[in-house]
Amino acid sequence: MESTQQTESRIIELKPFTDEMIVNMGPQHPSTHGVLRLELRLDGEIVREAIPHIGYLHRCFEKHSENLSYPQIIPFTDRMDYVAAMNQNWGFCLAVEKLLEADETKDFEVPERAEYLRVLICELNRIASHLLSFGTYGMDIGAFTPFLYAFRDRERLLLLFEKVCGARLTYNYIRIGGVSEIIPLEPGSVAEQNYLDEIEEFLDYFEPKIDEYNDLLTSNSIFSERTMGVAVMPAEMAISYGATGPNLRGSGVDWDLRRDEPYSIYDRFEFDVPVAKDIPELGAVVGDCWSRYKVRMDEMKESVKIVRQILAEGLPDGPVMADLKAVRPPQGEIYFRSEAPRGELGFYIVSDGTPKPVRVKGRSPCFSALSALQELSRGLMVADIIAIIGSIDIVMGEVDR
Amino acid sequence: MLDFFFEGFIENINLQDSSNWAKDFFQNVVMPRLPEAVAGHLPVEVGTILVMLVCAGIFVAVVPLLPLVLVLAERKVAARFQNRTGPMRVGPWGTLQTLADGVKLIFKEDYIPPQGDKILFMLAPYVIFACSFAVFAAIPFGQDILVSEFNIGIFYIMAISSVIVMGVIMAGWSSNSKWSLLGSLRSAAQIVSYEIPLGLSILTIVMLVGSLSMKEIVASQDGGIFTWLIFRSPFTFIAFFIFFISAIAEVNRTPFDLPEAESEIVAGFHTEYSGMRFALFFIAEYANMFAVSAIGVTLFLGGYEGILPGYDFLGGLPGFIIKSLGLVFIMMWLRWTLPRLRVDQLMNLCWKYFIPISFFNIFGTGIWGLIFDTDDVWSIGISCVIIYVGLISAYAVAGRNLARKPEPQPSSA
Repeated sequence: MESTQQTESRIIELKPFTDEMIVNMGPQHPSTHGVLRLELRLDGEIVREAIPHIGYLHRCFEKHSENLSYPQIIPFTDRMDYVAAMNQNWGFCLAVEKLLEADETKDFEVPERAEYLRVLICELNRIASHLLSFGTYGMDIGAFTPFLYAFRDRERLLLLFEKVCGARLTYNYIRIGGVSEIIPLEPGSVAEQNYLDEIEEFLDYFEPKIDEYNDLLTSNSIFSERTMGVAVMPAEMAISYGATGPNLRGSGVDWDLRRDEPYSIYDRFEFDVPVAKDIPELGAVVGDCWSRYKVRMDEMKESVKIVRQILAEGLPDGPVMADLKAVRPPQGEIYFRSEAPRGELGFYIVSDGTPKPVRVKGRSPCFSALSALQELSRGLMVADIIAIIGSIDIVMGEVDR
Repeated sequence: MLDFFFEGFIENINLQDSSNWAKDFFQNVVMPRLPEAVAGHLPVEVGTILVMLVCAGIFVAVVPLLPLVLVLAERKVAARFQNRTGPMRVGPWGTLQTLADGVKLIFKEDYIPPQGDKILFMLAPYVIFACSFAVFAAIPFGQDILVSEFNIGIFYIMAISSVIVMGVIMAGWSSNSKWSLLGSLRSAAQIVSYEIPLGLSILTIVMLVGSLSMKEIVASQDGGIFTWLIFRSPFTFIAFFIFFISAIAEVNRTPFDLPEAESEIVAGFHTEYSGMRFALFFIAEYANMFAVSAIGVTLFLGGYEGILPGYDFLGGLPGFIIKSLGLVFIMMWLRWTLPRLRVDQLMNLCWKYFIPISFFNIFGTGIWGLIFDTDDVWSIGISCVIIYVGLISAYAVAGRNLARKPEPQPSSA
């Protein structure tokens, strides 16, 4: 009897029980990228469970859309992923255009010039979005300076967007059937040439900067210690959670809609799709935070490549807007997905033939990626949670819509 | 009762050696200038105390100005690193910005969390503030610019600066906030751990010099740059870097700023503080930063002694300040360049690398002291050659490793 008691007490000594601490991270927290609330169950610094609570930025985008005509919905898509608003506009317009094409009574086609402008602007927007992701990720890990470098370069991009649509953040530039003509960019005019020259100037400045940022942050040994091998998301897990875009490619899945399901005129351009792979010399594992981050850094280079090809070809002549009296798609439904900076952006639209949709559903890439957080974060440390949130690159506006 | 204390105090002063500068100053400079009636009736001991009090007053008034300058310097340095101009509005070139911030902080509401421990909450900033300023008392800024000459100066500094962690824990606990608690516990673990390599690397110096007195440590480095203790033996050279990195960890600056990691635990132990109490933390942080740099300069980089023997070039008070600010600048440089370590990596660095290396240093210094007469020209020469060869080979090895390192690029498929 005595001996068993002794053993029991020994067992208790070997496994000291400490209370778990429940901490609310967010909705107001410096590095939850908006208003994400995480309920953390902490054992000291170790996270037993991280439960994401969303909905703090819910603005009823889908319900609003049911009471608006199609062109009126576009400004609402701006407010979804406000970091890459051009791509959101485009995603919605692509879906509506697909629906319009089903109508055989009308001959509808997006003009060539508009397609080129769309690709040009959206690839620049992708760079801006990835720059923000790079900067904030540096800040999450504790380096403040990359953040300001990223914003310095993003500022130049925002000025370029401002010159074409008058806005810096919520553009409403890409319209159904073409692009906005608020600030005219006449084919062959001096203004057009100046604008393209300015973009070229930016690219010449920016391309070497990517290498500089890689030197400053990507290959920094503290940064790689913090991110390599942390929160590994294997390919099967990424697919089962529906992670897309850089998160999926960071897990080693070679999948990019721009190449594999080319929409618009992406089949005319040559670009590589960066996919993460194991780098044993450095310690990087496919699917860890560093791989996801690195895919974004490489994608910026690919976007530069695409924009350079457009600049080399020059913009074709012609109108920038299809001849479209009113946007009144035929009865039917459509789901169309495009490759936004954060992954596959899908829009599901049900039309009953009236100018207003019956139902609009947005498929948000951030939402799917965020759902993996709970499984990724188990057993890691508080600092790693921040590293994960930064590496899956969420924008709460898109998660909540 | 008071008399008893007073007498004891005076006796203590008398017990000190006759080279007490305050006494000398009073007897030689003040006494002849005093009116006859006063001078005759003023005991030397009281006069000495008065001189000391005046000096302490000047010290207390001047030292807090350091953080004011350093905060502005930090902001300007950060701005340079980040392609900005920094504060430019208040005063010429933004020089009065810190003052304006201070005034703003004074007028802010002094919020005390109602659920917290009020007394501890109010006390904590003062503990930290007082401790970080008490450290300055033992730092010799110049030949005669020293508040108090202890024979155990460096020991006193170590003792006082480790009380700071008490204030941090008090602040974190009394705030009744989970982030504060996490921050303060991180801080406690970090400061306590890094004090060990810090102390051990100071020990190598103490072994070489054979004294704990700051003045004697500086006096042993009076023969120009090569007699600075950092070059005296290869082991002190290593010790300097361990000292400096541990010092950065001690003052909670990037890459070791986990206790106040903004992106993780909001603001760490001072999350709940506002107004003047917050300002006290802030001032104490910068005072600390300067203090550890000054200690590093005193111990390793010749203190107020100049670069050339016999000349005052880069010596005296200006030299001391320049050298200390140089170290402070390196701290700022690191802060605006590097990301932050994680808690376990921080502890690994300390316990798995720094402490064993420090023990090796002490062992090596002991052997070095056995073989050589440490301030002998030959030993310094041999030491410099070893350091030089070591640096070159480290550079070569690092260069080869970097060259072998593949370009970190996931290939495109």
